[in-house]
Amino acid sequence: MAVPREHLIDMYETMVKIRRFEERIRELYFADKLPAFDIAAGLIPGEMHLAAGQEPVAVGMRPHLKDGDAITATHRPHHLAIAQGVDLNKMAAEIFGRDTGLGRGKGGHMHLFSTEPSFGCSGIIGEGMPVAVGAAMAFKARGTANVALSFFGEGAANQGAFHEAINLAALWSLPVVFVCEDNAYAISVPKTASTAVTDNSDRAAAYGIPGVLVPDNDPVSVYEVMGAAIERARGGGGPSLVEIRTDRLWGHFEGDADAYRTDDFKEDMNERDPLKTFAQRLLADGVLSEADITEIADRMHTEVEAAIEFAMNSPYPAPEATLDHVFSERTVTL
Amino acid sequence: MTGERKLTTQKAIAEAIAQEMDADPTVFVMGEDVGVYGGIFGATEGLLDEFGPDRVKDTPISETGFIGAGIGAAIHGMRPIVELMFVDFFGVCMDQIYNNMAKIHYFSGGNIKVPMVLTTAVGGGYSDAGQHSQTLWGMFAHLPGMKVVVPSNPYDAKGLMIAAIRDDNPVVYMFHKGVLGLGWMTNNPRATGVVPEAPYEVPIGKAAIAREGSDVTIVTVGLSVHKALDAAEKLAEEGVSAEILDLRSLVPLDREAICASVEKTHRLIVVDEDYQSFGMSGEVITTAIEGAFDYLDAPPVRVTTPDTPIPYSHPLEAWALPSTERIMRAAQAMLVAG
Repeated sequence: MAVPREHLIDMYETMVKIRRFEERIRELYFADKLPAFDIAAGLIPGEMHLAAGQEPVAVGMRPHLKDGDAITATHRPHHLAIAQGVDLNKMAAEIFGRDTGLGRGKGGHMHLFSTEPSFGCSGIIGEGMPVAVGAAMAFKARGTANVALSFFGEGAANQGAFHEAINLAALWSLPVVFVCEDNAYAISVPKTASTAVTDNSDRAAAYGIPGVLVPDNDPVSVYEVMGAAIERARGGGGPSLVEIRTDRLWGHFEGDADAYRTDDFKEDMNERDPLKTFAQRLLADGVLSEADITEIADRMHTEVEAAIEFAMNSPYPAPEATLDHVFSERTVTL
Repeated sequence: MTGERKLTTQKAIAEAIAQEMDADPTVFVMGEDVGVYGGIFGATEGLLDEFGPDRVKDTPISETGFIGAGIGAAIHGMRPIVELMFVDFFGVCMDQIYNNMAKIHYFSGGNIKVPMVLTTAVGGGYSDAGQHSQTLWGMFAHLPGMKVVVPSNPYDAKGLMIAAIRDDNPVVYMFHKGVLGLGWMTNNPRATGVVPEAPYEVPIGKAAIAREGSDVTIVTVGLSVHKALDAAEKLAEEGVSAEILDLRSLVPLDREAICASVEKTHRLIVVDEDYQSFGMSGEVITTAIEGAFDYLDAPPVRVTTPDTPIPYSHPLEAWALPSTERIMRAAQAMLVAG
């Protein structure tokens, strides 16, 4: 599949935006937590799972999305939300716990919910997979040509929800694409110690649907495979399972000592950093010039900075707003 | 006359669902055996014939999958009614219920609604043993983000079902097997009653006085409402006037109604088929103490299922679950004590 030039550039720009966003969140996360790390301290308290290195998973599907498509994501959601076009200001504000955030400070970075585009994520492994099936049921019932994409890590492929969701989607021939982001580690446990098969894509056979492996964390490979899976789903061909070998460049969460991965592993991983390799390829292929690369970096950094600034200048919610939004009408009192 | 038409609770539930499916094309039903079988407890009887398999979907035994799918469908413009066959099965799917269905609206700051009804059968009394006899409403009510309703009669069953379907929030609709009027359960005359044919709502969060009285308030829900009514009839012969408050909803809880009745009778008994500790009975008593302490003439008393698994053998189960006799004894003791 020849990738149109504008898609290559769009994917690269989005990768830069994602990486910059994650870098800035990381800087601001640590800025006020050191020297003695205190997870509860600072502008961004709590756990923080960043997706540097996993950008290809997100940007490869991006050109294939249409209005109304839905995504369910994981505890490591930023790359997918950015690639889908979730409002960056509101997303940043939610991460900073502000009243202008996607959830008005109720959710935080593991619970980002957007209506347009339809995005949701969760702190529970595998939890979003059945939800994507239901979104696809609604698309089918309402006759829209939309697709639900369910992203999950390779650790989630051993959850019951994985098998239940794929079985249902296959049984009812629903427009779902299940996407396994295989970064090889479920926190500290390598896939080799958790999973009885080498390729989770093989598990598609158990449900009679296509299973495709993208072995190289390459945005173009992801683009091609996701394009075919999304087209199949949109055209009524039913679900498929895509497994993408990717890299989590940083720890499971910020502050993770990451001692379970060897220096050699980390060195190799950083060597193949997809942002660097994709830029080199676009330069070599004449898609982008050095000047373009610089211009894109400036533009994406400016956009990210504006979102961070929006977030940091936004007010916190009033403490008593805790009681709002349990239900659509306020019923909870102290 | 339509106003005098009588239905069983089970048929009232099925009628409510059918009427809302007829009125709103986004309403659909899924769950185990809801199609051809019509629901193990008949809550979806006749719906498959009327609305077809796209809107009345039998599912695999895959509660995490299909309850989660209900959530996704609800987010995307549908109004699913999803049946968890027995509430006891919550253990295989509770993450989707309490961590997902009940929290998405909150996490989204009110931007995403999950208008879903989770129906489930509760209750014991027919020797189905410890994994098919629990009520567990206290646990669902404890977890924020889902409304919890428990109808005790056909009229409320229909009205609460219609209100639940039309509600923009997740509603857990718990029907007690003993109030449904099923031919294969012990005959219960109170399971049949007058049900208007036209659709109507019973408001969620409003208790109902099932019997007026002046000496003691008995707060309860589900099948225990019937047992309390039976007890009240016998107590009346002894000159004791018991008021029965049928909560109908646990979330939101009608605390005003609890306090108002206690202010009137000055005595409180809570009858709860759920386990005794950390549950509904404690919540109701706390409500009365917080809101009507000065009116109480005696310490509140509870008649509940003890903190044991529900036993199988008939004499064990009959002893464990709240009974008319236990309610009477509690009232008699309380009134003798002053």
